[in-house]
Amino acid sequence: MTGYLFLAILALSLVAFYVGRSTASRFVASHGAEVHSRPLYHGAFAAVWVGVPALILVVLWLLSQDGLIDRLILASLPASVTEGVSASRLSLYLSEIKNVASGRIFSEPSPEILAAAERYQRWQAIAGWAMVVVALAVSAIALYLARIRMAPKFRARQSFERALDIAMITSAVVAILVTIGIIVSLTYEALQFFRLVPPQEFFFGLNWEPQIAIREDQVAGTGAFGAVPVFTGTLLIAAIALVVAVPIGLLSALYLVEFASERFRGIVKPILEILAGVPTVVYGFFAVLTVAPAIREAGSLVGLSISPNSALAAGGVMGIMILPFISSLSDDALRAVPQSMRDGSFAMGATRAETITRVLLPAALPGIVGGVLLAASRAIGETMIVVMAAGLTATLTANPLDGVTTVTVQIVTLLIGDTSFDNPKTLSAFALGLVLFVSTLCLNVLALRIVRRYREKYE
Amino acid sequence: MNMLTDAAIENALDKTPAREAVKMRGSDVRVFYGEKQALFDVNLDIGENQVTALIGPSGCGKSTFLRCLNRMNDTIDICRVTGDITLDGEDIYNPRIDVVELRARVGMVFQKPNPFPKSIYENVAYGPRIHGLASAKNDMDAIVETSLQKAGLFNEVKDRLHEPGTGLSGGQQQRLCIARAIAVSPEVILMDEPCSALDPIATAKVEELIDELRENYTIVIVTHSMQQAARVSQRTAMFHLGNLVEVGPTDKMFTNPEDKRTQDYITGRFG
Ligand SMILES: Nc1ncnc2c1ncn2[C@@H]1O[C@H](COP(=O)(O)OP(=O)(O)OP(=O)(O)O)[C@@H](O)[C@H]1O
Ligand SMILES: [Mg+2]
Repeated sequence: MTGYLFLAILALSLVAFYVGRSTASRFVASHGAEVHSRPLYHGAFAAVWVGVPALILVVLWLLSQDGLIDRLILASLPASVTEGVSASRLSLYLSEIKNVASGRIFSEPSPEILAAAERYQRWQAIAGWAMVVVALAVSAIALYLARIRMAPKFRARQSFERALDIAMITSAVVAILVTIGIIVSLTYEALQFFRLVPPQEFFFGLNWEPQIAIREDQVAGTGAFGAVPVFTGTLLIAAIALVVAVPIGLLSALYLVEFASERFRGIVKPILEILAGVPTVVYGFFAVLTVAPAIREAGSLVGLSISPNSALAAGGVMGIMILPFISSLSDDALRAVPQSMRDGSFAMGATRAETITRVLLPAALPGIVGGVLLAASRAIGETMIVVMAAGLTATLTANPLDGVTTVTVQIVTLLIGDTSFDNPKTLSAFALGLVLFVSTLCLNVLALRIVRRYREKYE
Repeated sequence: MNMLTDAAIENALDKTPAREAVKMRGSDVRVFYGEKQALFDVNLDIGENQVTALIGPSGCGKSTFLRCLNRMNDTIDICRVTGDITLDGEDIYNPRIDVVELRARVGMVFQKPNPFPKSIYENVAYGPRIHGLASAKNDMDAIVETSLQKAGLFNEVKDRLHEPGTGLSGGQQQRLCIARAIAVSPEVILMDEPCSALDPIATAKVEELIDELRENYTIVIVTHSMQQAARVSQRTAMFHLGNLVEVGPTDKMFTNPEDKRTQDYITGRFG
């Protein structure tokens, strides 16, 4: 029913659009150039008036209806049933009533419950119809009001644009609120964690063994929550990925923009971009089955013994994965540099290399840094390749041939299986998440400042 | 002097050759963009320490000829140039010629001001840097200052040398581009409609500047303004549909042109 109501409101606002437009067309016919706004805007204005308030009303109605009816139903139960009963017992009653009302009867319900279920059904129906009537009435009144305001001199365009402004502000506010919500929930759980484990242990401890018992009967370690190895592991893998991806990505972008023929570029660029669409699990396979054994082989040739899970294999494959972000964004940034900059440089007698390093790269810097940043955050957030190729043990090392683990992998393993929100094992995931969030935020801010500082603007 | 008589004989159109020595000379220059021919057997001398104006209706090949003189056409893949172009008697299309060195000797100013997105100082220092003209910071400062002074811009920007060149006004940007070109002490400066994006006052400044620069540099300027050609140039060459129609001293071209097409163009009947 609600779905039909939404459709009806949309249909009404479409009608309002046509009404508004034809009204305004008549104005144009009778008043000519005096009419302030074009008929299109009159139509849009009427459509907004008819659609938006009704939609908002329906949404608010739906949000409050259930709670209200629940409360009324409980209040209507005879005192003999509710007398001296705990709140959880009451909510059991409520769900039984709802089950009965929707025809799922498990055991013989008491007559009070049956009566309440009947009432529940009736009230639901009444509320639903009331909503339809009210919403349609609001639409109709709005259409009437909008029609009254319409006149040749009426500034429909400004009114419609104001409505658009409000819509955009609302969207921005929603995005900000979601971000704040994420921060608040992360911070709350992280604070719970720091109540159980002192922050200095988390931030400076060198041991990470979080798999402690959650239930009494589990056999597990005693636990250690020093997060340093997890963060160094993340940094190590991300650094390896960037070392692979930045030079290859940048050089391939330069080649495609400055040297390659149009045809070659047309073939190679889409292929490079396909890399971004390969599922990370596939990269994980590639890392485990191809790259890691190859690295082991190569290591054994020179007498190095390399663990089967190595940061190098995971980071290297991750570098391939993030390559398209860097090459594609750098490519766009380089192409956006006007030809006149190249001409100016060549006319000064600069060689191609000088033109690239002294004019093109500085001018394209913001785009390039943007690409590197995007790639870095992908690398830091990447989980699957690490699980498959780098392992789960948190080792404190800078050696790319060792196995390491990363923050995101740890968060996943901590939240898989038994969870309990008064246990440091589960809560530590949120502490890790918070630190990850804050550090990527700092990274972004830093990069923005770098870009602003060194940016070379062209016309 | 010998050279001058040679020029007069070789270049059938050039009935009143430059009085000064010939700095650059194009003989039978043909330019093709792919299949399409844009210049047909152009023979033109550029006199030393003189301003030569190239005029003609749009699309007639003025920019194309200008770009041949410092081999900027090399940057266009489909462009092919035949014939001889010499600088001080040396063929500039000779494979042994280093185009980097050529462009240091033959600088260019474009129609639209195109300062690099760097500071004013760095814009002027760009050429000297890549050609290694100054080793110490003092030398570079001196080059930047004299170049800006010669371009008549120094007083306007001396307090903001380290601000972006793109923040200047259009006319200042164009003078900055001229300063950038003269910072490497070229012998010839090519200007492709340098004033077309400027207002009358900025244009007057640039024209004045061109007149001063003539003392030390050889200048070739493409212009659509007859008045500008008359004001700044000593010799004028008229192009039409890829042909050099007529060339001669500017005052004669504007008072007593020989070719009907020149006459029509100057009096504004076409183009
Ligand atoms: N890069 C290019 N590719 C193909 N054809 C070109 C190119 N540049 C110029 N042409 C052609 O060569 C001819 C001469 O062009 P050119 O730019 O030299 O004219 P112009 O005299 O400078 O004209 P304007 O006064 O409009 O600047 C024109 O027909 C033009 O279409
Ligand atoms: Mg031109």
